[in-house]
Amino acid sequence: MNQTVLAQFLLHVGDSQLILSHRLAEWCGHAPELELDIALANIGLDLLGQARTALSLAGEIEGLGRDEDKLAYFRTEREYRNLLLCEQPNGDFAQTMVRQWLMDLYHLELFTALSQSQQADVAAFAVKSLKEVKYHLRFSTTWMERLSLGTAEAHEKTQQGLNQLWRFTAELFEQNADEQQLVAQGILPDFAPLKAAWAAQVQTELQRFGLSLPDTGAYRSGAKQGLHTEYLGFILAELQYMQRSYPNMAW
Amino acid sequence: MDNKNHWSLYEVFVRSKQGLSHRHVGSLRASDDEVALQNARDVYTRRNEGVSIWVVKSELITSSQPDEKPEFFDPSLDKVYRHPTFYNIPDGIEHM
Repeated sequence: MNQTVLAQFLLHVGDSQLILSHRLAEWCGHAPELELDIALANIGLDLLGQARTALSLAGEIEGLGRDEDKLAYFRTEREYRNLLLCEQPNGDFAQTMVRQWLMDLYHLELFTALSQSQQADVAAFAVKSLKEVKYHLRFSTTWMERLSLGTAEAHEKTQQGLNQLWRFTAELFEQNADEQQLVAQGILPDFAPLKAAWAAQVQTELQRFGLSLPDTGAYRSGAKQGLHTEYLGFILAELQYMQRSYPNMAW
Repeated sequence: MDNKNHWSLYEVFVRSKQGLSHRHVGSLRASDDEVALQNARDVYTRRNEGVSIWVVKSELITSSQPDEKPEFFDPSLDKVYRHPTFYNIPDGIEHM
């Protein structure tokens, strides 16, 4: 029971990293500047590395003989557990930076807390990821500053990105009843204080950027139930095409 | 940013793990100093090349001009007494 819950949680974390990494890779060859092209690909590759660790660990804990590749290439949309925020389209550079900044702050809170986990592998995964996330946040914060405090057009686009994405943030620290069991055992942290810390940080920074939160009552969620927006299917079609067409091929 | 359509050119210097001094590794474009540093990190140290980075706007570097080469560099060529080549090195001293 516990094993299944922990495996599902790791899939949730790893799938989010994998899908976000895929989105960042889509910028390859299209970023506003060559240097940004490389930077975004770099962050994407960091996230891909983290996703590999998370999925491998999930596979081991689950004990059904699925390795990282089996999990990445042979699960359907409904079996993917990634946050809806990660699968949202890149939009313009400002929107991508808003998504990245929200996710970096989320990862920072999540991995800081997970690095205290009683489960040694989970703690090690968190410690390693944290180092990379700190740089990601530095990068995305730098761009949030420059876009929001730069020209009027850049500010407007950043605000639009935030308006577009904010409704997907409510599920960022969702914790279900099964996971509460793992909290009691010190394997997972209690997400409520993490969410509060994240929200406070977002508020403070948005004030500094002169950006405002959109009024929205219509939050979307579904990551942990495998209920996705229309975009994930297209990502998986691209991501899984080779292995689905030629199972177990290698090069 | 001086020009909204063009980022400034920066020169990048990286000190490698073994190296004592920073070495010029190339150049890049960035909107400002902090972005230049981050870009340098991403472009030039992705494969574990460095432990320290300097970036400097290319326009801030004063350099010698190619057409000044005769008066700048040639005078040192023909004066052998400027080079310490007239000493006898005792036996047993290696790597000189």
